[in-house]
Amino acid sequence: MADLSVELCGIKLDNPVIPASGTFGFGAEFAELYDINVLGTFSFKGTTRQPRFGNPTPRIAECPAGMLNSVGLQNPGVEHVIAEELPRMKTYFCKPVMANVSGFSVEDYAYTCALLDAQDQIGWIELNVSCPNVHGGGMSFGTDPEAAAGVVRAVKAITKKPIIVKLSPNVTDIVAVALACEKAGADGISLINTLLGMRIDLKTRRPVLANNTGGLSGPAVFPVALRMVWQVAHAVDIPVVGMGGVSSADDMIEMMLAGATAVEVGAANLVDPYACRDIINELPETMRKYKIEKLSDIIKGANSWEKTL
Amino acid sequence: MRDITFEISENVPLTANVRRMRLYGDTADITRAGQFVNVRLDGFYLRRPISVCDAENGVLTLIYKCVGAGTERMSRMRTGERLNVLTGLGNGYDISLSGRRPLLLGGGVGVPPLYLLAKKLLAEGKDVSAVIGFNTAAEVFYEKEFASLGCSVTVTTADGSYGTKGFVTDALPEDATYFYACGPMPMLKAVYAKTDISGEFSLEERMGCGFGVCVGCTCKTVTGGKRICKDGPVFKKEELEWQI
Repeated sequence: MADLSVELCGIKLDNPVIPASGTFGFGAEFAELYDINVLGTFSFKGTTRQPRFGNPTPRIAECPAGMLNSVGLQNPGVEHVIAEELPRMKTYFCKPVMANVSGFSVEDYAYTCALLDAQDQIGWIELNVSCPNVHGGGMSFGTDPEAAAGVVRAVKAITKKPIIVKLSPNVTDIVAVALACEKAGADGISLINTLLGMRIDLKTRRPVLANNTGGLSGPAVFPVALRMVWQVAHAVDIPVVGMGGVSSADDMIEMMLAGATAVEVGAANLVDPYACRDIINELPETMRKYKIEKLSDIIKGANSWEKTL
Repeated sequence: MRDITFEISENVPLTANVRRMRLYGDTADITRAGQFVNVRLDGFYLRRPISVCDAENGVLTLIYKCVGAGTERMSRMRTGERLNVLTGLGNGYDISLSGRRPLLLGGGVGVPPLYLLAKKLLAEGKDVSAVIGFNTAAEVFYEKEFASLGCSVTVTTADGSYGTKGFVTDALPEDATYFYACGPMPMLKAVYAKTDISGEFSLEERMGCGFGVCVGCTCKTVTGGKRICKDGPVFKKEELEWQI
């Protein structure tokens, strides 16, 4: 009997499959299709202190093997999430859920996290540090190790639940950001958020996205994500959640071999609403194929080649 | 919503770049006119949302315009090939509000979803008028099909090469009780501005998922942001706050 379970920051997951924030809403649309309790957990829609309408449309553009989005963190705000979404979620999801939190100042993050930390249903808080810092000239928290660490320190000081920091790949040295977050008290790291990209409409000569640029996701980003998971997992001593273009059980195993303790699945949910259920169903057969009895045994299990300079 | 694989039974041109595809499969999830399906195409990451023209007895009819590489790929598919779709998406039109003399307003490739709507309204014994607009005579399609259902049909062309010269808003009947509109945004905004009666608009936007989770296709309404794919694509006139 294949053992799919893993442990993420002290909480056991039946399997490492986690739908990524922004591709799964609060789970209700998927719960109409299948019993989402088969998931390890899921990371719900990125939540901010205030409700947000998000960016103007078009917000979606297609790319070879992927897509761009510039949704702009549309969400109903943390108070609505606690009053409406979490009670409704109880009717179809009975495992600890991952709360994804965004903010535009350290105070925003702390406010939102403090409210969510008090909710029993929530197992982990995933901090999205890719948003612009309004007090830092609009530069993303996640592009500066000190700014990212500042958010982590502020949140850790007022929360009890494990804090997983979701890193932006749009940096020169992602390991430096990961190490700064670990030092500031982060319980885990998740990566990668989307890669900044753009498309231009040849007929109108305007960017396809009304925001001009957006975040690339889908299979196109998988090798970049895998490389960053590998680098970060070999630098930090806290668990790493890998994501970026994962669409199959094979991709899951590759991410875990690179160093991921659990794996988030994003864009795949949008084109195939059964993607996560199917990956979970395929995992036992895939494990047999690669002679894996216990999935947690393969975390960071890839042996690197010796490098000659 | 369900994930269903259909088999293509027909894929024929109606005009130079508008085609009709008929498919065999389970159409049970399409319960209202104005719903859509999201089509998976080999070689393309995102699905393509296409409005349902007709769905009856296991035959799905889609009318689509070739506007890019995805619909171009769709146009080359042959009878017997399979097409995976997410079916039964969106809210669709509310026929209970039509009154006795509903008016259907379609522009270009916005015409097809009004066909199933016409059938449903006629089945309820309504006196249905359709005004369908195109750019030019060569782009006109489905005039006869609407007429043979039993609608009164008016065709408009922007260049006057066929039917009434002008836009659908230049041929609005005076006694309509309620309207149902689908077409390009300038047409919808003209309908919004030029009608005294209430009605419904079917909106369009670039979509990621088509079933409400990516919130890529949000529009502004009087009650805040709504997802065109899940809360729409049909919105009541009173829900929209367009600046005309």
